[in-house]
Amino acid sequence: MSALKDARHLFRFAGLFVLAFLIFLVVRHYYVPKCFGQYGHYRGAAIGEIAQLPVKFAGHQACEDCHTDVVAKKNTGKHAHVNCEACHGALASHANDPSTVKPVLPDTSVLCARCHTASAAKPKGFPQVEPAEHSQGLPCETCHNPHSPAMDAGGAK
Amino acid sequence: MNISRRKMLILLPAAAVAWESVLAGTPEASPNYKMSDHWWGMLIDVSKCIGCGNCVRACQTENDVPEGYFRTWVERYHVDDTHLENPTVISPDGGKEGFPAAKEDAGKYFFVPKMCNHCADSPCTQVCPVGATFISPDGVVLIDQKYCLGCAYCVQACPYGCRYIHPEKHVADKCTLCYHRITKGLTTACCESCPTGARQLADLKNPNDPIHAFLKTHNVQVLKPQMATGAKAFYNDLDGSVR
Repeated sequence: MSALKDARHLFRFAGLFVLAFLIFLVVRHYYVPKCFGQYGHYRGAAIGEIAQLPVKFAGHQACEDCHTDVVAKKNTGKHAHVNCEACHGALASHANDPSTVKPVLPDTSVLCARCHTASAAKPKGFPQVEPAEHSQGLPCETCHNPHSPAMDAGGAK
Repeated sequence: MNISRRKMLILLPAAAVAWESVLAGTPEASPNYKMSDHWWGMLIDVSKCIGCGNCVRACQTENDVPEGYFRTWVERYHVDDTHLENPTVISPDGGKEGFPAAKEDAGKYFFVPKMCNHCADSPCTQVCPVGATFISPDGVVLIDQKYCLGCAYCVQACPYGCRYIHPEKHVADKCTLCYHRITKGLTTACCESCPTGARQLADLKNPNDPIHAFLKTHNVQVLKPQMATGAKAFYNDLDGSVR
């Protein structure tokens, strides 16, 4: 009995410990999001939040729904597999609101050269030119239609 | 920082509201998308890459990647005939604005696009102390930026150098495989803008995905296979000198 009496301060300490643990559990209950652990050791809702970020490249399907004439032209030439936004840039804003957002026509002197400037590092079969000597300063679209670039496909537009 | 009692009383409810939004989360964006039906990866065909940098620009536009940081970038390798183990690798501004002229007849040159490999056993997610980075059930390595502390353990852990600390948000940032696009049935921004088809999004759980036929008939490798990361960026025609 006397031994227990001497240990009273230990019980008090154990009581405090249990109380602190209970407080921890309560606080944890309120602060850990419900979805934590839904799929693994992370917040499940984070997946949905990332999936909701805005899209900026509309995707070629969106372009092709309206611009059927350009798609038809493009399908006849070497650029058939080049998506619209590869050259025209991100245009989801235009696809969502075609009447107010008008895309800017890309500058072919920059655009064509980006892919077709000759380099020993490029795959051998890829068509490459030295822009300065190839066109002597003329814009590419003088001779090539970017949507179907072969010479016999006709010049501008 | 000095906070007066008045300021503290104003800040507390604001913080509570902010935390409330973290707790509640946001509903799934694409109701028709089932995570269990997909297992995403990427096919990168080195023999088709022309180093135009379209993917790098598209990624920065699509994902608001800060200037000077890259979620994807293009490297140009120069392998000298006598130095197969020590290639010269350059990637000026991530390859965004092209590359300096390559010398003809001086060994071989080729481009290698790099990005997050979305590893199935990724070292980066294993070291996160707070559960802020994870592999989603459809195989995409993502970051919960509301949970991230910015400790940068994951940045060090990634053997491919695909992560960085966002200079303004001060949390880890990386390629999401355009998760906001692929869950809506679109392809990634880099694939959408690649003019030669050097990059192809691949769904390994879709039996009709052309990736399966491709993997059977081509010499495909992953980067650093000795690290057993389960990398899902599959490189076709990869030179042995690529690290």
